[in-house]
Amino acid sequence: MTGKDPALSDQFLTRDSVIRDVPAWDLEPRCRAAVTAGARVQFAYAWFPETVSETSSEVGGSNEPVAAQAPELRYVIHTAPDPVPEIWRCQPGALRPPSLAAIAPLISWYEREITDLCGLAFEDQPQPEPLVLLPGAHAERPPLQPGIAPPLTYTPRPHSLPELAGSAHRDVQLLPFGPIRADVFESAQFTFFYIGEAILHYQPQLFFKYRGTEKRFEGVAPDLGVVLSERVSAVGSVAHALAYSQALESAARCEVPPRAEWLRALLAELERLYNHLHYLGHLAHTTTLKVGEAEGKYLEELAKQMNAEATGSRFLRNLVCPGGLRREPWLTEVAGSLRKIESEFGRYGEMLESTSTHLDRLITTGMLSKQLAFDLGATGPIERASGVDRDPRRDQPYGIYRELPLHVAVREGCDARARQQVRIAEAQNSIELIRAVLEGLPTGPIHVPCRPSPHSEGIGWAESPRGSVYYAVHVNARGRLARVKIKSPSFSNWRVFPYTVHDSKMMDYAINEASFGLTVAGCAR
Amino acid sequence: MPLWTFYGLRQGKASTRWPADGDDGQAGALGMPRFHSGKCQDGCRECADVCLPGAITIRSDARDSNGTRLDVDYGRCVACQMCVEHCPTGAFTGSSDWAFGVRRREDLVWAQAAASPEGKTLRGEIRRIFGRSLHVRHVDAGSCNGCESELQALNNPFYNLHRLGIFFTPSPRFADLLLVTGPVTYAMRGPLQEAHRAMPDPHLVMAIGTCAVSGGTNGGGHACGRGVEEVLPVDIYLPGCPPNPAAIIHALLLLLQRMPQRVSGGRLKEEADHA
Repeated sequence: MTGKDPALSDQFLTRDSVIRDVPAWDLEPRCRAAVTAGARVQFAYAWFPETVSETSSEVGGSNEPVAAQAPELRYVIHTAPDPVPEIWRCQPGALRPPSLAAIAPLISWYEREITDLCGLAFEDQPQPEPLVLLPGAHAERPPLQPGIAPPLTYTPRPHSLPELAGSAHRDVQLLPFGPIRADVFESAQFTFFYIGEAILHYQPQLFFKYRGTEKRFEGVAPDLGVVLSERVSAVGSVAHALAYSQALESAARCEVPPRAEWLRALLAELERLYNHLHYLGHLAHTTTLKVGEAEGKYLEELAKQMNAEATGSRFLRNLVCPGGLRREPWLTEVAGSLRKIESEFGRYGEMLESTSTHLDRLITTGMLSKQLAFDLGATGPIERASGVDRDPRRDQPYGIYRELPLHVAVREGCDARARQQVRIAEAQNSIELIRAVLEGLPTGPIHVPCRPSPHSEGIGWAESPRGSVYYAVHVNARGRLARVKIKSPSFSNWRVFPYTVHDSKMMDYAINEASFGLTVAGCAR
Repeated sequence: MPLWTFYGLRQGKASTRWPADGDDGQAGALGMPRFHSGKCQDGCRECADVCLPGAITIRSDARDSNGTRLDVDYGRCVACQMCVEHCPTGAFTGSSDWAFGVRRREDLVWAQAAASPEGKTLRGEIRRIFGRSLHVRHVDAGSCNGCESELQALNNPFYNLHRLGIFFTPSPRFADLLLVTGPVTYAMRGPLQEAHRAMPDPHLVMAIGTCAVSGGTNGGGHACGRGVEEVLPVDIYLPGCPPNPAAIIHALLLLLQRMPQRVSGGRLKEEADHA
C-alpha cells in the first residue's frame, strides 16, 4: 500500500486492495499513465450494487434492497512490486464508458464480456461483436442483473470471419474444427485459414461451454459458494477454492490459523504437481514420444492416487473453505508416495530435456514474445516461459509462501520448449514445497468462523498450475453473495494463444496447444 | 530413442488387473455419503440447507409411514460431503461408495425398501451385438473438465482401458456408445444432437457425471439444461463429481453386462442386504 496518498479523498483501503473512484472521463488518461508506469490491468468486471434503503433490510422485512439498474465498473490493476492491487470503481451512469482496449489490449475481452452479461457497451470497442454469447444467442435481459435470468434464446448463426480478397484468395482453405473434437477433449471450435501447411489466420470460439457459473453464485451462502468455486475448473479446484476463500476472508477481515495456511499451500502444490505431470505427458503425446507420454500420465495417475489418499478426492476437493479448512487431511502416506514420484520424475524430466526428436518439435514452436505476453495478459508458466518474471506466490504473497523455499522458474526461450522447462522446474519445486510443509507443519486449529458483514466486498488471488486466479466477491444485505467475478488463467491465456498460431504450421498446432496447457471450462465458465 | 525403449521396459507393467483382481486405484477416495434413515432427527433440516445441488429435500418434518422424512437423490449428489459435516446425528456418513452406475434413473433415489436389486435386463442382446468390444464417442456438453480429466486417465498405463476391449473413436459414425458429460449448455445442445444422429444403430447413450445425470451444480439457469435426459434417451446413468476412472470402468462393463449393477434404491446392494 506504499506510494498512495492517504490524504486523497477518492480512495479507501480494504485489507487486500486499494479502492479508488474514477470518473468515466478519467479512465483513459489514468489507464495510460498506469500502463506507462509498468502496471498491468489484471481484469475488469461489472456488477449491479444494491441501493441501501433507509429502512431495515432484515430478512423478511418489507423493504428489500433493490439492485441498481446501471452497472458499476471495476478495474483491478497491479503494479509490481506493490503487493496489493488497486481497484478502480467507475459509475458510468447513462454514459457509454470509453473502451480501454487500445491502451491495454488484454482488457478487450473483459469489456466484451461486460457488454454480453451486464448490458453495458463501450465507446470505440475495436471488436464490438459478442464474446461470451454465441452468434445468434439472445438474452432478454442482462444475465448478471440480479434476479432470475430467463433462458437464452438461440438460433445458431455462423461466426463472422475475416473476408478474403485478392487474386490468391481461392488458394486459401478454410477448416472449421469442432466444437466436438477428435479424442476426449473439451468442446471448442477452431477455424483455420491455411495454404498448404501454413496457417494464415486462426480463430477460436471458446464459449460453447458457457454455463453461467458466476450467476449461479448469486444468493448463495458464502460457506457453500466454495462448492461452486471448486467446480469452475476441476483441474484447478484448489486454486479456485483458495482465491474464493481468500476473497471472503478479505471481506470479513478474517485471519486464517497458521496450520490451515500451511496445509493450503500443501494442497496447492499437490495440484500443481499432478497438473504439470499431465501436461508433460500430453506434450510428449503430441510429439509422438510414446513412452514419454505413458510415463507422464502414469506419474500423473500416481499423483492423483496420492491426492485421494490424502484428501478423499483425486482433485483435492472438499477441504479448502472460507476461514481455513473443513477438516484435516490424512498425511501419513504423502511422504512415501511423494518419494516414489520424485525418484521417477527426476529421471523423466532429464530424459524429456535430452531427447532430440522431442526437442526438435518444441524449439521455436509457438513463439510468444515477452512484450506480447505482458501486454495481452499471459499468465503462469506461459508468461514465465516468455521471460516475464512474475508469480503472485512471491510478488503478492498470500498464505505462508513467504516462509517456503519457493523458486520462481523463468525462461527466456518464448517457445514450447521453454514452457516444458518451466513446468519441469515448477514440478520439482512443488515437491520441495510439499516436503517443506510436511516438515514445518505447526499444530493448532484449522478453522475460524468467516462471516462477511452485509455490503462488504473482497478480492482474493492464487497462483494455479495455469496462472493467476482472481475472485472478487460482493456480499448483499443478507450476508449472502451478491456478485462473484472469476478471473481464470485460461481466459487470459486463450486471449494470447491465437497470436502464437497465426503464421505457424499446421503440423505444430497440436504441440503448441499442448504446451499452453489450457482449459476451456475455466475460460467459458 | 532406444533409451526410451529401455526406460519403458525397465518400468515393467503398470496396468492393474482390476476388476478381475488387484487394485482399483481408489484407496481413500470418498464417494457418495451413506444415508442412515433411522438416525435422522425430526424437525432438522441442516443437510438440506447445505446441499447446493438440491440432492436432499425434506419431504415432511416428521416421519411418514415408511419411517422416512428425506428424499435423497444420488443423481444430484456432487459428493461435496457438506451433509456429512453438518448432520448433527450422524445420519449421513462418508463412504467409499462410488460404483453408482445404474440402468434406471430411479435407482439413484434412496428408497426405504430397495426395489428389485438386480435391476432389469433391458437389452438382452447388448452382449451379443457388441461382444467384447465397444467403441465410444465422448461429447463434452459443458463440463468443468473434471470428467474429461478422468476419461483421459482411462487410457493411462494404470487403467489401460484397451485391455478391456473398449476404445474411444474420433467419429460418432464408428461409435456404439455416446458418452456425454456436462449439464448440456444451450450452445452444445445442437452439436450433441447432431453427433447422436450420426451414430449407426444400434447404439447406446451414457450420462457421465452428476451434471450429465441431473444438471449438477450448474444445471438450469439461463445457460444450461438439467442433464442429457432432456435431450436424448439415456441407457446408463453414472453420477459422481467426477466419477473416478474405476467407477467409469464399472459403468462401461455394466453396460456390456460384464459386471453387475451395484446400486439400487439409492444404495449399494451389499448395504441394502445388511439393512
